[in-house]
Amino acid sequence: MSIWKYANPSEFMRISRPALVPLTVLTVICLGTGLIWGFFFTPDDYKQGSTVKIIYIHVPSALMAINAWLMMLVTSLIWFIRRHHVSALAARAAAPIGAAMTLIALFTGAIWGQPMWGTYWEWDPRLTSFMILFVFYLGYMALWEAIEDPDKAADLTAILCMVGSVFALLSRYAVLFWSQGLHQGASLSLDKEENVSDVFYQPLLFSIAGFVLLFVLLVLIRTRTEIRARRLSALMQREMADA
Amino acid sequence: MPDLGAYAGAVLSAYAVTLVLLGGLILLTWRRSARIKAALAKIEARND
Repeated sequence: MSIWKYANPSEFMRISRPALVPLTVLTVICLGTGLIWGFFFTPDDYKQGSTVKIIYIHVPSALMAINAWLMMLVTSLIWFIRRHHVSALAARAAAPIGAAMTLIALFTGAIWGQPMWGTYWEWDPRLTSFMILFVFYLGYMALWEAIEDPDKAADLTAILCMVGSVFALLSRYAVLFWSQGLHQGASLSLDKEENVSDVFYQPLLFSIAGFVLLFVLLVLIRTRTEIRARRLSALMQREMADA
Repeated sequence: MPDLGAYAGAVLSAYAVTLVLLGGLILLTWRRSARIKAALAKIEARND
């Protein structure tokens, strides 16, 4: 059995449909638990005061802003190499979600920055690469809309996605490359023995899981919509040719 | 409601922006999905 059979649009529609309801339930549980626990039932930080509660939305959205672009990179490469339409449509479907996540990360970071750093914005390496990533998201979506031929649009957006990946990775690792930035190191890391204190860490994990699940759910729904939209367009063209 | 102290405005506005953006994204996704689904069902019925 090959995994590529799921790249067939009708097979993708058949397989993804039963996943939608359980995924919605899981998303609501994780996101609800993470945000409610984090907002209502965690103490203030001794340095940051109550602004520490912003961590439950800022960290997961920043994580998803970068990972959405990396997911788009993988599906764009699959499109380039294997010419599976579903992968190109999945990349297109993920872009507005990634853009929204980037915007949330930028807004919540700025709101947190004002009381903690004394400024909403600084041309710090991580903040700047995040801003450029957001512009890439906008450019990527605009390019899809601007080109009529879907295969050509998929090719050109895939190239744009590969170029933009530099900024996605830069957003993640800028703190390590340049030490002069204002932004602190990662709040969570797999190679650290201790991340943030447990009292903040546990609800944060729920919140991250909720954001990841929300992303997967929305990508599935949007990809299904893109597949339907493409079929709709084909049928409309056939009707016009017959008329 | 927890006591957010001097930073209440910052914390609440961060959550408000997030909820508005996520809510808008979910609403737009759902609306487009419903619209395309209905249009496809209509044209498929016409072609059957």
